[in-house]
Amino acid sequence: MRFETKEALAAVPAVRAVGVEKTFGKRAKAVGALSGIDLEIAAGEFVSLIGPSGCGKSTLMRLLADLDQPTAGTVEIYGRTPRQARLGQEYGIAFQQAGLLPWRTVVQNIALPLELHGVSYAERAERAQRLAEMVGLADFMDRPPDQLSGGMQQRVAIARALAEQPRLLLMDEPFGALDEMTRERMQGELARIVGQSGAAVVFVTHSIPEAVFLSDRVVVMSPRPGRITAVVDTPFGRDRPETLREEPAFFAKVTEVREALHGVPVERANER
Amino acid sequence: MRRALPWILGALGVVAVAALWELYKWLGPADGVVLGATAGQAGSGFRILPRTGDLNMPHVWDMFERLAAGNGPGTPPLWLSVLAAMGVTLGCAALGLALGLVVGFALALLMQRSRIVEWGVLPWVIVSQTVPLIAFAPIIARIGSQIDRGGFPWPGWLSVAVIASYLAFFPVAVGALRGLRSPDAIHVDLLRSYGAGYGQTLRKLRLPASVPYLLPALRLAAASAVVGAVVAEVSIGMPGGLGRMIIQFAQSASADPALPYGPVFGAVVVGLLAAGSVALLGLVLRNYRRGEAVA
Ligand SMILES: Nc1ncnc2c1ncn2[C@@H]1O[C@H](COP(=O)(O)OP(=O)(O)O)[C@@H](O)[C@H]1O
Ligand SMILES: [Mg+2]
Repeated sequence: MRFETKEALAAVPAVRAVGVEKTFGKRAKAVGALSGIDLEIAAGEFVSLIGPSGCGKSTLMRLLADLDQPTAGTVEIYGRTPRQARLGQEYGIAFQQAGLLPWRTVVQNIALPLELHGVSYAERAERAQRLAEMVGLADFMDRPPDQLSGGMQQRVAIARALAEQPRLLLMDEPFGALDEMTRERMQGELARIVGQSGAAVVFVTHSIPEAVFLSDRVVVMSPRPGRITAVVDTPFGRDRPETLREEPAFFAKVTEVREALHGVPVERANER
Repeated sequence: MRRALPWILGALGVVAVAALWELYKWLGPADGVVLGATAGQAGSGFRILPRTGDLNMPHVWDMFERLAAGNGPGTPPLWLSVLAAMGVTLGCAALGLALGLVVGFALALLMQRSRIVEWGVLPWVIVSQTVPLIAFAPIIARIGSQIDRGGFPWPGWLSVAVIASYLAFFPVAVGALRGLRSPDAIHVDLLRSYGAGYGQTLRKLRLPASVPYLLPALRLAAASAVVGAVVAEVSIGMPGGLGRMIIQFAQSASADPALPYGPVFGAVVVGLLAAGSVALLGLVLRNYRRGEAVA
């Protein structure tokens, strides 16, 4: 572990965003993508960002990852600047597209970040194989991506994001392109994997049940300009069995998030 | 079977061309086909199909027989001198291709790095190809001879190679630029998220991603280098290669009509060798030719 004590680990938040603004373009053509974003995510916490298209979820993710710079405000990742965090491999990232390199096999794709950082061949082979097993691709280690299904490719991308054992995982709609059944299975696997790794997660999704099933907190956003309108706690604990999806407490949280998203209590909207 | 099919079709194509040649020679009018000729005026009008006599169209088998014979008693057979000339031309073309590859790739790297450079350079790259080789070759030879007088020996084959490279660099520059630009934004972002610098991004992403664009460019460049070498040999008058041999032999064609076809076949074989080596390279690099993964 990089920190001396558990208390120190808990003290520094994984993500701290204060007064973050992001505007694309200049003057007349300016688009306010994010406005007044304040967000703090504790180490080990799983937070989902949910909201309609164009509300700035991906933009916020890219600011955390130092793939883009905020127009105003500050972002800290474990107390460091996003740039330091990026260069120090504090985070792993996965997008909606798996983004695998087609000329590399499964293990070679997983090992790519390790290779770039000079990890020895033996060690990266060992780690990549372990990760491939963890995401259930033990039988596909030497296959090229074009021989994998969409769900398998996404699992490779997740394994690759975990390769450096990051303390923060950034995931932008990683299951967005998957069918519903694959998606639910992947959610279960992600919950298990993240539970094992103890990493904090920022998870962008369009699916309310997905957000509630996976998260400790759901951050609800709205567009033009992109801002945070509500935060819903979903404290179902670390272990989340599939049966959670059937429980009334789960449905209650789904409803709460839906109401926060639409800005009106849903029941009342139905009564009218 | 799937693998063999292109070869079989290729061989059939060669046979078909030879058959067509012989068929026309057999059935076509002895004086060829001339359009718009004035009656009684020799040499008027446009000849759109050649005369079919042995002088103008030797039999295919005569061409091959001629390859086996020497230029008189005690001289080596024609195919040996053709082979030697092929070696010279192939050497010049290969050197030209290598030069073109280096120059084309360097230009592509610069243009990929900076849009400003692309705007400044790309128009010139394209304009360069509109300058006819015939006009360009003597200039190279003259520059070469000036360098020669300056104390550095500048052999004729170097001029030929430079002229060949002038044709070869163009497809490489254009193809490599497209290839280096081909990675998706997501891949570039990913490499950036790993803190990879320019060199690492180039080696791990841009170079491998450019292979599918580079291979067709290389095939074109190889063929251009061969054509460029042959034309350059003729235009600067370098002896020893296929270009001069074709011109020389054409002059004695009236006495020995099958003779010029020897070096012509030689040029075809050199072209095939060039294309074949690119195909071989493609086989070696086949892993990099996989389509983008479908999600
Ligand atoms: N690179 C960009 N240039 C200009 N506008 C952008 C860019 N990226 C995002 N935007 C704009 O910012 C807003 C938020 O986009 P995004 O973060 O992708 O939303 P989401 O991921 O929530 O769907 C949108 O209005 C979008 O058009
Ligand atoms: Mg998005």
